[in-house]
Amino acid sequence: MDTESSITTEQTLSDEAIIEIIDMHKWFGDFHVLQGINLTVHKQERIVICGPSGSGKSTLIRCINRLEEHQRGRIVVDGIELTNNIKNIEKVRTEVGMVFQHFNLFPHLSIIENLTLGPIWVRKVPKKEAEETAMYYLEKVQIAEQAKKYPGQLSGGQQQRVAIARSLCMNPKVMLFDEPTSALDPEMIKEVLDVMIELAREGMTMIVVSHEMGFAKSVAHRVLFMDFGQIVEGNTPHEFFENPQHDRTKLFLSQILH
Amino acid sequence: MADIAHTFQKEEIRPPVVSVGVIGWIRANLFNGWFNSALTLVTLFFLWKTALPFFRWAFIDSVWNTTGQVCRDAGGACWSIISSNFRFILFGFYPYDLQWRPLLAMIILFVLLFLSQNRKYWKKPLAYAWIAGLFIMGLLLRGGLFGLAPVESTQWGGLPLTLLLSVFGLTAAYPLGVVLALGRQSKMRGIKTLCIVYIELIRGVPLISLLFMSSIIFPLFLPEGLTINKILRAQVAIILFTAAYISEVVRGGLQGMSRGQYEAAESMGLNYYLTMRLIILPQALKIVIPPTVSILISAFKDTSLVVIIALYDLLKTTQTVLSNPEWMGFSKEAYVFVAILYFLGCFSMSNYSRKLEKELSRGD
Repeated sequence: MDTESSITTEQTLSDEAIIEIIDMHKWFGDFHVLQGINLTVHKQERIVICGPSGSGKSTLIRCINRLEEHQRGRIVVDGIELTNNIKNIEKVRTEVGMVFQHFNLFPHLSIIENLTLGPIWVRKVPKKEAEETAMYYLEKVQIAEQAKKYPGQLSGGQQQRVAIARSLCMNPKVMLFDEPTSALDPEMIKEVLDVMIELAREGMTMIVVSHEMGFAKSVAHRVLFMDFGQIVEGNTPHEFFENPQHDRTKLFLSQILH
Repeated sequence: MADIAHTFQKEEIRPPVVSVGVIGWIRANLFNGWFNSALTLVTLFFLWKTALPFFRWAFIDSVWNTTGQVCRDAGGACWSIISSNFRFILFGFYPYDLQWRPLLAMIILFVLLFLSQNRKYWKKPLAYAWIAGLFIMGLLLRGGLFGLAPVESTQWGGLPLTLLLSVFGLTAAYPLGVVLALGRQSKMRGIKTLCIVYIELIRGVPLISLLFMSSIIFPLFLPEGLTINKILRAQVAIILFTAAYISEVVRGGLQGMSRGQYEAAESMGLNYYLTMRLIILPQALKIVIPPTVSILISAFKDTSLVVIIALYDLLKTTQTVLSNPEWMGFSKEAYVFVAILYFLGCFSMSNYSRKLEKELSRGD
């Protein structure tokens, strides 16, 4: 085991659940994308979700902040159940940060404006304070010198680090990552993963959809494997990789680990 | 390694003389191949036949400041029709002694428009200046307060009327168009249907018929004794018409936005209104600046259609001058003059839009 894997062991998880998903189903038209998902995420827990494309892993985390609507079952985030109540949805979204595959920075705003927009308009933080927080997080993702630039002027890796900082500025309780490195050139993947590892070290609750198995091994408390809209199995990284239970998991691992 | 480095330090070789400079440009753009050479020659011939005579007519053989009688004997353009009548063309039947008032109002308008060009001034003071400016301009035109003699709106005319209809028409139509576009995208059925019906109805009817309706049919439905100012009715027709077109252009911009922008905004907890105002509209409206300006330009020119409901806008005052026996037959000169005024308006709009596009594209 390498040195980074010690992150997992040195923190003890609280019993308190921050996300509870109970028998959740979702359909896209006739297509049954999510078929009875049950998942409890504890505070400070880090979960990596993997699985073949089309297995519903992105849809699952997009349901957690209601970018997708579930049609059956319950999702409770930080004590708030997701229903059609728009106020509750907005409240959950302020507590849940999300990082997208394609960064989705706002191209018409400078980096610093991208970071301060949420705090100023949603959290009603004074502008000056929001800028200080923004600079703090930009320092943290090592990109402070680019604050005045526009997203189009940065590389993919830099943009994704800005996107992470943008989410952190909202001071979220949970961070969702939807394949954060799969749109990046290979040489930029590490700089983004390093930021995420740093975040893990500080005890952020994270759910990461990713095929970065090295990251999963060193950072995750649990690795989940999804296929055909179901969570096929979930286990500690060590058990998951060394001793997969299901054939589908074994097949998938053999395909991505070569 | 040394060899490779050496090959990169080759001496710079200049291109042949005939391929650069004026000669190079002419060769590359006007005479490359027999077909383009022929086209160039034909074009030159037509220019010789048209531009030159026009120049003679307009500037060399022209008379500038005499009576209509002298004009008839001259071979060239009779610009006297403009110099003798420009106050009527510009101000119509506005009382002659009071014409400084619309003039001052126009100067205020131009100053405000000029200041508004600079995005640095887009702050509260400018908004207050516009509100105060509009109030003062209205006061100057109408009179009736502070010892200014009242002037009925039936006497308004010429350039101030054209500007009034355009500036109000365009500034009111734009936000209305944006709201209609958002409504058409709405998930709420009722609002969506309402917007679609409105847009399709208005787009299915020529502006002229809307103007007729506003001036002839609409008053029939008003209760006895209640009248609404004719200019205002035409103004409303222009606003409603232009808004429908703008909304379709804006809708195009909205559809060009990626889903990710909405999702990023929503996942921060921004509500619909803030998402639109801070994220979606600034980008979508920027994309559609060129087609929007096209619509605004054509709306500006379309204000001249109010002649058919007997409002004396710039075009109508010009026609009135032409019906004066002394100046009959000099329509070319008069229309060239009006065309120049319209061109100045349209050209500055398109110029400004290019400038705005450039300023706003710094992020790309």
